[in-house]
Amino acid sequence: MNGSKTFTLDGKAIAFEDGDTIMDAALRAGEYIPHLCHNPEFSPHGSCRVCVVEANGRQVSACTQPAMVNMQVDNSSDEIMNDRRALLQMLFVEGNHVCPGCETSGACQLQAVAYYTNMLSPHFTHFFPQRSVDASHADIAIDFNRCILCELCVRASRDVDHKNVFAIDGRGINSHLVINSASGKLGDSSFAATDKAAHVCPVGAILPKHTAYDKPIGERLYDKQPISIVGDVAAHEQDEER
Amino acid sequence: MSIEEFISGITSSANNQPGYLLQYLYEIQYQYSYIPQQAIKLLAEKLSLTESHIDGVIGFYSFLHDSPRGAYDILFSDSITDHMLGSRQLLEQLCNTLGVTPAIPSEDGRVTVDTTSCTGMCEQGPAMLVNGWTIAGLDQNRIETIAKLIESDTAVEQWPQEFFHVEDNIQRRDILLSDDSNKGDALKALIEQGEDAMLEQVESSGLRGRGGAGFKTGMKWRFCKQSEADQHYVVCNADEGEPGTFKDRVLLNAYADKVFEGMTLCAGIIGASKGYLYLRGEYRYLRAALEQKLQQLRETGLLGNSILGKDGFDFDIEIHMGAGAYICGEESSLIESLEGKRGIPRKRPPFPVTYGYQNKPTVVNNVETFMSAALIAIHGADWFRSVGTEESSGTKLLSISGDCEKPGIYEYPFGVSIQDILKDCGATDTQAVQLAGAAGFTIPPAEFERCVAFEDVSSGGSFMVFNQQRDLLDMVQNFAHFFVHESCGFCTPCRVGSALMKDLVDKVHSGHAGQYDLDEMRKIGLLMRSSSHCGLGTTAPNPMLDTLNKFPQIYEKRLKHSAYEPAFDLDAALQDARDITGRDDAGAHIGTES
Repeated sequence: MNGSKTFTLDGKAIAFEDGDTIMDAALRAGEYIPHLCHNPEFSPHGSCRVCVVEANGRQVSACTQPAMVNMQVDNSSDEIMNDRRALLQMLFVEGNHVCPGCETSGACQLQAVAYYTNMLSPHFTHFFPQRSVDASHADIAIDFNRCILCELCVRASRDVDHKNVFAIDGRGINSHLVINSASGKLGDSSFAATDKAAHVCPVGAILPKHTAYDKPIGERLYDKQPISIVGDVAAHEQDEER
Repeated sequence: MSIEEFISGITSSANNQPGYLLQYLYEIQYQYSYIPQQAIKLLAEKLSLTESHIDGVIGFYSFLHDSPRGAYDILFSDSITDHMLGSRQLLEQLCNTLGVTPAIPSEDGRVTVDTTSCTGMCEQGPAMLVNGWTIAGLDQNRIETIAKLIESDTAVEQWPQEFFHVEDNIQRRDILLSDDSNKGDALKALIEQGEDAMLEQVESSGLRGRGGAGFKTGMKWRFCKQSEADQHYVVCNADEGEPGTFKDRVLLNAYADKVFEGMTLCAGIIGASKGYLYLRGEYRYLRAALEQKLQQLRETGLLGNSILGKDGFDFDIEIHMGAGAYICGEESSLIESLEGKRGIPRKRPPFPVTYGYQNKPTVVNNVETFMSAALIAIHGADWFRSVGTEESSGTKLLSISGDCEKPGIYEYPFGVSIQDILKDCGATDTQAVQLAGAAGFTIPPAEFERCVAFEDVSSGGSFMVFNQQRDLLDMVQNFAHFFVHESCGFCTPCRVGSALMKDLVDKVHSGHAGQYDLDEMRKIGLLMRSSSHCGLGTTAPNPMLDTLNKFPQIYEKRLKHSAYEPAFDLDAALQDARDITGRDDAGAHIGTES
């Protein structure tokens, strides 16, 4: 590691290049920092805050914080893990996340990160929002109950598919995902199952139809190994593991 | 005029730039009382934007609506100081007289009566906006007249002119407000001394941002100047949204020329040719006079091409309107909003001084900061430093409202104690001062010797006084609701945390909370403070955390004497069942045994 720039992650030296965030460098070095809205294929977003770390005594999101020489980054203290757990609990109570009844169970990053942080209950009072399911599209269904507003589908559809099928409407706790079509339904939009946006959802909000239980629960990605080892769902999109 | 013609008119006046979307929507809203679906379609085609993008912008700003509000869209200012002056009773009076339900358009489609965040009329409240125009000094008589005007279908333009009068209420002047310099003096000094020498003056004056954060103005200008780009921008932040603040309103009414001159000074130093004044939608009534002042400056060679005859000194200013979003006071949200988008704060770094408006180097400063800079150019850094403290040079405008005899604008040298301020404004029997607004600090009497200064209690200028008769939990509840309304929704801790916090404060307020709930508030508040994306989220829990520490009695006296209370009220949960069955007898209730 002579000559290269490094920072310290939980006592370990991590090499980085100019322009790297803490997350970029950590992922390259094979170190896991929990995250939901981050996907290395897209520019950092910094909205879920689950990747919060303590860098030189200040809490920052690892996905947006540029790495700096000799920075001391704490990725696993009790305090950081407690904060992450509370943020996940907030996401759980904000939507309607019922893991036992969800066809993505076992291949859901929200669930997997919750296990990783030892989240045993949603803790906070449930909001039980009234949200809909959109099954209008032939190949893909959207269950808005499970959307965590990571905006990965918004970004993929805008930046890769160049279709702008998705957008965020509303403000604050009323923020919600909307679909760009006359009826507001996915079936009336230009969305296709081959779109990048159909393959980036870290939770069970954007669902391919007809294949839900091809891989039985119990044999899925995170049923076998924790997310800290196998990483993001999107990275296993093409392989059998999922 | 058809809707096609109207939209063509407004978009062509801005060369169909998509970045002006918010400005177009603002015009359409006030023309039609909402944004018709057809308008969204037309805009989408003209600007090559998706309809859902436009929907998203409409959905973000409180003053934009996708369904009709009627000929009279009435919004009562809903800040705690309005409440203290009786706004809620007046809202009820108006709703009862007109036979309407708050927030729901009347059946005949004529009127909507609703509430909005602080409109900046705190010292002359209660206040309302009718179709965006400010009416302050509301009382029962005025409400009675307003109801009659609405019932007789009198156009708002025909309402009594005195209704729309807004006072300046300047109570104490210091170096800023006693300014008697001539128009153009600061720019003459700039041309005489040169840009580099002038930037040094601003730096050595020690001027710091007056919006509250206190970043060194000279340093900001230098960073921006040093960022190489084909264009630089100057933006004046007049999105004065912090509850209890109204000093920018007064500066823009009485000292706008000096504010614009400060912007031009900055432009001359950093090399910008274009500037924007981002004016909060609530100050719609100030716009026409400000446009007129800009025109006068152009005509007298103080704005436009070759300012004061100097070749290459070209700068002009445009006014952009906000549309009801507190978050747009945060500089990167403001820039997003200037670009016609939802006001979501950007990631930092990069900072606006390198990547700002249109990703070009941009200086964003507060109204008061620009005016101070103009006066520093005229009188010099030493003059400015001779007032205030070592760390905080110059003066601070405070907007004082609440329980005091003489509310209004007070200009003090930095370092003044809260105690002295209270004495000057005629506040007695004071229980607490809320300094720096809803996101600020709750100061108990034991701390009244503390000073207003960046090194002690820093403030953008909001100073709300609460006497011993007030229930401070009403204030906490008002702020908790405010932050739920104003959170942009981007990051988890602020979006969800503020909503959880509001529910807990309501639970305490209604007498259903236990000690566990207070511990939860503390836990959520600390998480919001440490992990939120921007300053809104990190400061939103301040009123709860501060009062939990300094005024525990306001919570304790309302607690149930048990460690844990459920989040739901069993009896209230049966209401739906009672409604369906039409029962309301004792057997249809739970837990209310006598």
